[in-house]
Amino acid sequence: MKPSPFLLHIPQTLPKALDLLANLENCRVIAGGQSLMPMLNMRLAAPDNLVDLNRIGELGYIRDEGDEITIGAMTRQRDIEYSDLIAQRLPLMKEAILQVGHRQTRNRGTLGGSLCHLDPSAEMPTVMMAMGAKLVVQSVRGSRILAMSEFAEGMMTTALLPDEVLAQIRLRPWAPAHGSCFVEFARRHGDFAVASAAAMFELDRNRRIVRVSLTLGGVAATPWRVVDAEAALVGQSDDTGFTQAADAAQRCDALDDPAFPSWYRQRLAGKLLRRAMDCAYRRAQANQGKT
Amino acid sequence: MSSSTVSVGRTLTLSVNDKTYETTVESRTTLADCLRNQLGLTGTHLGCEHGVCGACTVLIDGRTARGCLMLAAQAEGCAITTVEGLSPTGELQPLQQAFWDCHGLQCGFCTPGILLTLTELMRDDPQADEKAVRLALSGHLCRCTGYQNIVAAALSAVEQLRETS
Repeated sequence: MKPSPFLLHIPQTLPKALDLLANLENCRVIAGGQSLMPMLNMRLAAPDNLVDLNRIGELGYIRDEGDEITIGAMTRQRDIEYSDLIAQRLPLMKEAILQVGHRQTRNRGTLGGSLCHLDPSAEMPTVMMAMGAKLVVQSVRGSRILAMSEFAEGMMTTALLPDEVLAQIRLRPWAPAHGSCFVEFARRHGDFAVASAAAMFELDRNRRIVRVSLTLGGVAATPWRVVDAEAALVGQSDDTGFTQAADAAQRCDALDDPAFPSWYRQRLAGKLLRRAMDCAYRRAQANQGKT
Repeated sequence: MSSSTVSVGRTLTLSVNDKTYETTVESRTTLADCLRNQLGLTGTHLGCEHGVCGACTVLIDGRTARGCLMLAAQAEGCAITTVEGLSPTGELQPLQQAFWDCHGLQCGFCTPGILLTLTELMRDDPQADEKAVRLALSGHLCRCTGYQNIVAAALSAVEQLRETS
């Protein structure tokens, strides 16, 4: 199908885009278009106005700011895939980005677009939840910073107000010696994942777990941190607690649809989390002493 | 700088296969539709129209992108390459000849997009092996369901490229 009629606005600067959003009715922001364009073509979205961010060069960057890495919302998924900084400091993100769509869609798809679309099975929102990312949103009224857990309100629903734009993503890399792993299950490579899991571990000198992050994607309406299981694993010096953590994942409140009923997603959640934990823990052990 | 509103009847200047075209489209016209309907470049095929099948894949500034997931107006200022641009003289390029020789075309509907994906792959990774070829092809659907000949054609083209370089 073809999109219903709309007016396309192509601002060259962020202030101009914010101005447009503050003044236009029934408006959508288009970033890389790899999710919104299908929705427009299928008329699942029918805005009167479309504000295109692709000409706003100031929104595309990956910066090392010491304790934090900041990424412009319009940074292409391809540029994340090929960034040495991301590969070294945010290995979880690197592993996950390779599973986002295909080369042909990553060339154009953006990090900010993926987060704002907030598909439950999308990889980037899951990584952001796993790492406790901070999101900087802007409007003509000013800017505010949201935690990923506040930003992801529900099924494909963010905390963005109609006049706001996601401008920047701030991530705090874990210690160099940490281990992380991202796994997903899809019927074919590049398809939407049915479910995914991200695990991160940091160990102390005695190989005791001092920090842990366990996240499920595609299972609930938004990426879900398995907080109880995380707390139970802190302080343990081996992987005997992983079985219990996987059981906790399997008891999650899972989405239900005709193709993938909730019991199926629950079982996937348990299996995938176990796989991610085993792999991340192995990597954390291998990385011991790395600075 | 001012923003531009692309409304009905807006005139665009597009650079396709090193040629400059002036055309008039609606805001909502996708690049793929513009190429086919306005510019008459019907080598770009449209299958699913939501980015899954890959038939409409073109190169935007040398990188593959779905022609159906981009508006024509967004492509202004970009260098667009379509399948017509692969053989400007009409003579088949080695990659195209390999498709002919290996019967990689089959019905031919998905071929244009695949040729552009493989053009990008062979440029970025001249040593591409079967795994890399299959990974690149995962962004395309062939409804003849015969990927073997497509993979064989791609590997044969990579091999030729290696011998001649």
